[in-house]
Amino acid sequence: MPTTVLMPALSPTMTDGNLAKWHVKEGDSVSSGDLLAEIETDKAIMEFEAVEDGVVGKLLVAEGDANIAVNQPIAILLADGEDEGDLAVAPEPEPRPVPPSQPSGAETVQVTAEAAAPVPETQPTPVAPSMPSASGERIFSSPLARRLARENNLALADIAGSGPGGRIIKRDIERTLQDPPVRAVEPPARPAAEEWRTVAEMFADREFEEIPLDGMRRTIAARLVEAKRTIPHFYLRRNILLDEVVQLRSQINDALLPRGLKVSINDFIIRASALALQQVPDANSVWAHDRIIRLKPSDVAVAVAVDGGLYTPVIRDAHEKSLAALSEEMKALADKARARRLKPEEYTGGSFSISNLGMYGIENFDAVINPPHGSILAVGAGRRVPVEAADGTAEFRTAISVTLSCDHRVIDGALGARFLAEIARHLESPISLLL
Amino acid sequence: MRQALNEAMAEEMRRDPSVFLMGEEVAEYQGAYKVSEGLLQEFGTDRVVDTPITEHGFAGLGVGAAFGGLRPIVEFMTFNFAMQGIDHIVNSAAKTLYMAGGQMPCPIVFRGPNGAAARVAAQHSQDYAAWYAHVPSVKVVQPYSAADAKGLLKSAIRDDNPVIVLENEVLYGHSFEVPDLEDFTVPLGRARIWREGADVTLVSFGIGMSHTLEAAGILADSGIEAEVVDLRTLRPMDTETVVNSVRKTNRCVTVEEGWPVCSIGNHVGSVLMNEAFDWLDAPVINCTGKDVPMPYAANLERLALVTPAEIVEAVRAVTYSSTT
Repeated sequence: MPTTVLMPALSPTMTDGNLAKWHVKEGDSVSSGDLLAEIETDKAIMEFEAVEDGVVGKLLVAEGDANIAVNQPIAILLADGEDEGDLAVAPEPEPRPVPPSQPSGAETVQVTAEAAAPVPETQPTPVAPSMPSASGERIFSSPLARRLARENNLALADIAGSGPGGRIIKRDIERTLQDPPVRAVEPPARPAAEEWRTVAEMFADREFEEIPLDGMRRTIAARLVEAKRTIPHFYLRRNILLDEVVQLRSQINDALLPRGLKVSINDFIIRASALALQQVPDANSVWAHDRIIRLKPSDVAVAVAVDGGLYTPVIRDAHEKSLAALSEEMKALADKARARRLKPEEYTGGSFSISNLGMYGIENFDAVINPPHGSILAVGAGRRVPVEAADGTAEFRTAISVTLSCDHRVIDGALGARFLAEIARHLESPISLLL
Repeated sequence: MRQALNEAMAEEMRRDPSVFLMGEEVAEYQGAYKVSEGLLQEFGTDRVVDTPITEHGFAGLGVGAAFGGLRPIVEFMTFNFAMQGIDHIVNSAAKTLYMAGGQMPCPIVFRGPNGAAARVAAQHSQDYAAWYAHVPSVKVVQPYSAADAKGLLKSAIRDDNPVIVLENEVLYGHSFEVPDLEDFTVPLGRARIWREGADVTLVSFGIGMSHTLEAAGILADSGIEAEVVDLRTLRPMDTETVVNSVRKTNRCVTVEEGWPVCSIGNHVGSVLMNEAFDWLDAPVINCTGKDVPMPYAANLERLALVTPAEIVEAVRAVTYSSTT
């Protein structure tokens, strides 16, 4: 029987994706492991391989199609001896929840052979969703209770059911109305589909072009709005003298020359931060809704600008890696980011990020925390600044200005200050970074 | 009850000379249950006719007489025996008006005791409410009180379509108030609210009403006020009264002595699902007779019928009140 290939979920948060490129056409034979397509998720373009042998019977979505829902059929694979006439009997996939994160994009093709219904020409009519709670579980409620909740603008998720199996019944609604919960249903927002017009109308007499949002832009917009709206940021600023790093770096790079390696100032900052996270373990934490998660390893995210956006690949176990190893890994991750080839596990996780705009001449800036991280270090350009020397005279030293943005729910002022002081201590006495 | 049915027939026979009664033992014996007592003496052998023991035969005779312009009342000694004549009831009486393009009405009444009596066993204890209510173009009434029995039977005799009047042997001996009016009728197709209440709607009919009212009394003692709706007519059913009541009480339990599968209560539940879904705070529960042939043994017979205790339990479930 033909098998239906479904849109894979290539990351835990992926709900839809774009079909960036087909690597097969109808009639092609494929073997398990062959590249079928490239799929653009909200973060990256990922390769998608076949898990079964067969012949591509039909491609159900076109190259470039956008916003294809996870688990939507995208192709039909014919088994040996089947031809186009068998397409009609391709099984309709059973609806299934979005599968959990897959370690590799290569293993996420989904096929079902059990179901017997043919693939319909059109998608099934969408039905009103049953009421999931915040945790996604079905809430049981009587029809009357649902109507009363709707009429009184109550969220069922806020109401405890006293009927059999926790069913919410009329008296639960009445009780809630007497003693309202903290949160009521937010009034429905004006559909986004229309709001852009109010902006476009302002420029009706000006020449402009509209740029549709790609997955990355949408993700950046959503995550940073979330960050600025929900994270109570505060900012710690200071200068760090870099003369010793500069000197050490040139010695190290001389030594690495035969190996064709070159460490950057940024690599020193990564290493200093990774060690500081170990020395101030409370700062190695992320906010998790109703608790704090404190990480053991130092997993450091580093912002990498790419065309049309940015990535924050994560260097895991950075405290256990030498400057040379960090430098190599960072270079590899940055190359993959620029090619949009990062895998989800390469850009998720971490408790802390580094964003460096020094190469653009920026002296100092405040970065927005990358949720759920506890803090982010914004690094400005190295400058020659006058500093009071031991003998009271002024001398010019090389310094960078940094700002640590902290999530106050996780990191208090003194804790953030100690963490930043540790980073500075390592950079100002960089010999410790070689240990 | 006997007297009410007897008066209804006598009044209508006086009023309309085309009305006549036929059935087993209705004349000389004065009726197997004495419902036709005195009718032979008043109306004579032309209008009160004893028939041979063949329901198939005299049901067909009656239908033919109705086609010919008379208004027969066909008494079955019990509806259990009427299964023999059901072809005439459903195929001839019910469908001919439609098949004749509206030109041949069948103004006939089929009446007699229906359902369980006392220890008459599996073949003589069946409730045909759901059977006949299933059929388009018959009307079916199943009265509980004597007043309704009288008023509905008079309306049935006057109706130009076949009407099935399902009486109950147990109720024949019960006494009820009957309005002392010269011409008291009850319209077909209208339910009656026996008692008002805010907590649950109990829907029943016929003998089921006696269990229901008993249960409502027990519930009132524990603070649950049941609204009791007597459907009286099963087809056409007054669902509007039921729906309005359930929109007020938000819960419904149906009660009948018949079997549970494809029951009248099933239909009421379906109507409520369609017309009162957003008013329901609990599933509709159907209290029915048990899904078995009626046992002969008295103790088992009692358990096979619907009981007030079962109704009370169902109401506690739909009102989410714990059993005391």
